[in-house]
Amino acid sequence: MNKGWRWVVLLLPLIAFVVLVGFLLRGLFSDPTELSSALVGKPVPQFTVPDLYQPERSHTQAVLTGEPMLLNVWATWCPTCRAEHEYLNKLAAEGVAIVGLNYKDDSRDKAVNWLNTLGDPYTVNLFDATGSVALELGVYGAPETFLIDAQGHVRYRHVGDVNERVWRGELGERYRALRQEFAASASEEQSK
Amino acid sequence: MISEMVRIVLTATVLMATLLLSMPSSAQNLEAYQFDEPAQEAIFKELINELRCPKCQNQSIADSNAELARDLRDRTYFMVKEGATKQEVIDFMVARYGDFVHYQPPVTFVTSILWWGPIAVLAIGGLVIVFRVRQQRSAEVELSDEERQRLAALQSQAKKDEER
Repeated sequence: MNKGWRWVVLLLPLIAFVVLVGFLLRGLFSDPTELSSALVGKPVPQFTVPDLYQPERSHTQAVLTGEPMLLNVWATWCPTCRAEHEYLNKLAAEGVAIVGLNYKDDSRDKAVNWLNTLGDPYTVNLFDATGSVALELGVYGAPETFLIDAQGHVRYRHVGDVNERVWRGELGERYRALRQEFAASASEEQSK
Repeated sequence: MISEMVRIVLTATVLMATLLLSMPSSAQNLEAYQFDEPAQEAIFKELINELRCPKCQNQSIADSNAELARDLRDRTYFMVKEGATKQEVIDFMVARYGDFVHYQPPVTFVTSILWWGPIAVLAIGGLVIVFRVRQQRSAEVELSDEERQRLAALQSQAKKDEER
């Protein structure tokens, strides 16, 4: 047998082993509870859902179009939502559009009270008492934050709280890129 | 002494039985779902054991007591009651929760290693064996006259030893 080939055959198990170790090592640092959304690239589902403050008013999926925005799924029974609330207030103050979806809360009063005491970072407040809108969105916990583009397509989903690290990371980066894209297309419209 | 041991064993048995009986069983979750048609009930039972609760990693929605699992069971129930086929319910769930929600992932490029990996490993093993055997065969050596004589001598020696 050719000498060069012999080396390749001898090294093959070692190479396979290194690849396997690399694969398993990556698995150690990935979070299995973080699932990517099945809705990425698709339009947000159709829904009609009452407003949190005014039960007689209702909203449709149309509130999720017009500009790049975040859709934040939250509830008062969710401790992590409490943890991220300050940061959402900060983002809202910086001009980030956030729509709030209150997900299967204990009561409407509790949710309203929460926003009155902690501040309301949301441009629109949706009240999903039965979780039917959340089911359409594939929500499996709270908090979850969806990034939605101006056309109302889901671009990304973040599971867990939004904080400074997350906003510096993929979620924030994607938002800023969308925002830039949106600003560019808006100024193009104007110059026409 | 013996009666003492019997008493301990009996107490332990009673304790175990109470523990087992007080444990929540998955059957408790399912009492609320009543069907008029046994065919629908069968589809429902298959589905809730095949659909995976996205919240709880490794439990089917039949086994899990999570709030989300209950919502998904309810949705499955209503869909089946309204005449949805098994595949329709699976498609509905996968469209919202991704492949994760079904315990039988589809064959895609990403999952192909799971489906074909074991067969590939077997095939590589088989090829290695074939290769090695061929190599050995071609390397078989002819005995020289001297070696043949030694072999014959050794064999006759062994025969004599046996007869003794």
